[in-house]
Amino acid sequence: MGRAVNSPSKFKPGDRVTVKFEDRPGHLRTPWYIRGKSGWIERVYGQFRNPESLAFGRDGLPKKTLYLVAFNQSDVWGRTSEPKDKVLVDIYEHWLESSVGEGTSS
Amino acid sequence: MTRGHHDIGGVPGAGPIDQSEHSLSDWEILADAVNQALGARGVKRTDEMRRAREEMDSTAYRDMTYYERWIASIEAILIEKKIITKEEIDRKLAEFETKWGEP
Amino acid sequence: MNEVANPEHGHDHPKHELSHYAKRIYAIRDLLIEKGVITEKDIQCQIEYQEARSPANGAQLVARAWVDPEFKARLIADPKSACAELGIDASAINEFVVLENTEQLRHMVVCTLCSCYPRPILGRPPDWYKSFNYRQRAVVDPRGVMREFGLNPGDDVEVRVHDSTADIRYLVLPLRPKGTENWSEADLAKLVTRDSLIGVMDPLDAISE
Repeated sequence: MGRAVNSPSKFKPGDRVTVKFEDRPGHLRTPWYIRGKSGWIERVYGQFRNPESLAFGRDGLPKKTLYLVAFNQSDVWGRTSEPKDKVLVDIYEHWLESSVGEGTSS
Repeated sequence: MTRGHHDIGGVPGAGPIDQSEHSLSDWEILADAVNQALGARGVKRTDEMRRAREEMDSTAYRDMTYYERWIASIEAILIEKKIITKEEIDRKLAEFETKWGEP
Repeated sequence: MNEVANPEHGHDHPKHELSHYAKRIYAIRDLLIEKGVITEKDIQCQIEYQEARSPANGAQLVARAWVDPEFKARLIADPKSACAELGIDASAINEFVVLENTEQLRHMVVCTLCSCYPRPILGRPPDWYKSFNYRQRAVVDPRGVMREFGLNPGDDVEVRVHDSTADIRYLVLPLRPKGTENWSEADLAKLVTRDSLIGVMDPLDAISE
């Protein structure tokens, strides 16, 4: 499932997480539609330079852990017509916080 | 909080997907190649180009074609990094336009 | 001053008719070369690199995976190495993930924020992939998008849309069409369309003569 990373990552596959609902100027790679939504960690991709810093000619360090985070479509859009369907987004660790008991994985 | 004009996942009002394709014009191939060459030489990063497109005027973002947006962001980043000035581009373009002329 | 050689361009507009930014790239190109930032050779190399990449690479990977279960396992576990086995240069991809479709699962890939795409394998993305309509609809209405491409997953099928927001590049490994037992790899590859590698449609059906 997940790949081993050299330094400890905060989350592991299966952990329930919520995307922070924040905004700030600059180059953000967490899409608007997923902010504030809750899902679960599907994979741990490892560490990458932070695009928010790279976009301004800085070195992107320290690296951030990148996760594949899965969400039920019904939790993101509020519809229940396709209960099995999911949307998965590549999200950096600093955008995620632990959530307990929110959303349900099918 | 405002949503960036590029951050459009889930924005309502989108129509059918136009599946037609166009073969690239010379200028589009050139834009693609210049972009990649600048990256390969370490002059700019893809992240900087994305940020430049996000900083564009929102109406221009929607009105311009894909490669026009690329060229606008190439220009913006090269100027920001003081590699080229807008005036130099304007002057060089004026030379070209004299050469290209009008029938 | 060298012109970009492109035998395929067909009906290009005269340069004075080009739009504002279309014209400017010629000026930018010349200035960059004059200033020694890039060279003409850099540009030609990039054009050739891009022309050498096409969906045929993806079709080759998929066809091999369909006939060889061990290759398929390697493709899923370490896609870049599997590409190298077939002589496909995926080195420019930072992180490459293959998404396997099954009878009960269909994947679809989008980049809502811009147009991230596995270019080093498949070449340039189609215009529709970069369009606002696709970027807006893919995450909220993937089944509606699939229907437009002729794919209609049933209620028993799970649809997973991947929004490619970072350095990961995704390739869909489509389901092998029925009735293709004993087909050659070359014939199987012909069924693997570019759009099936993005996930908006299944591969072509096997048509028996």
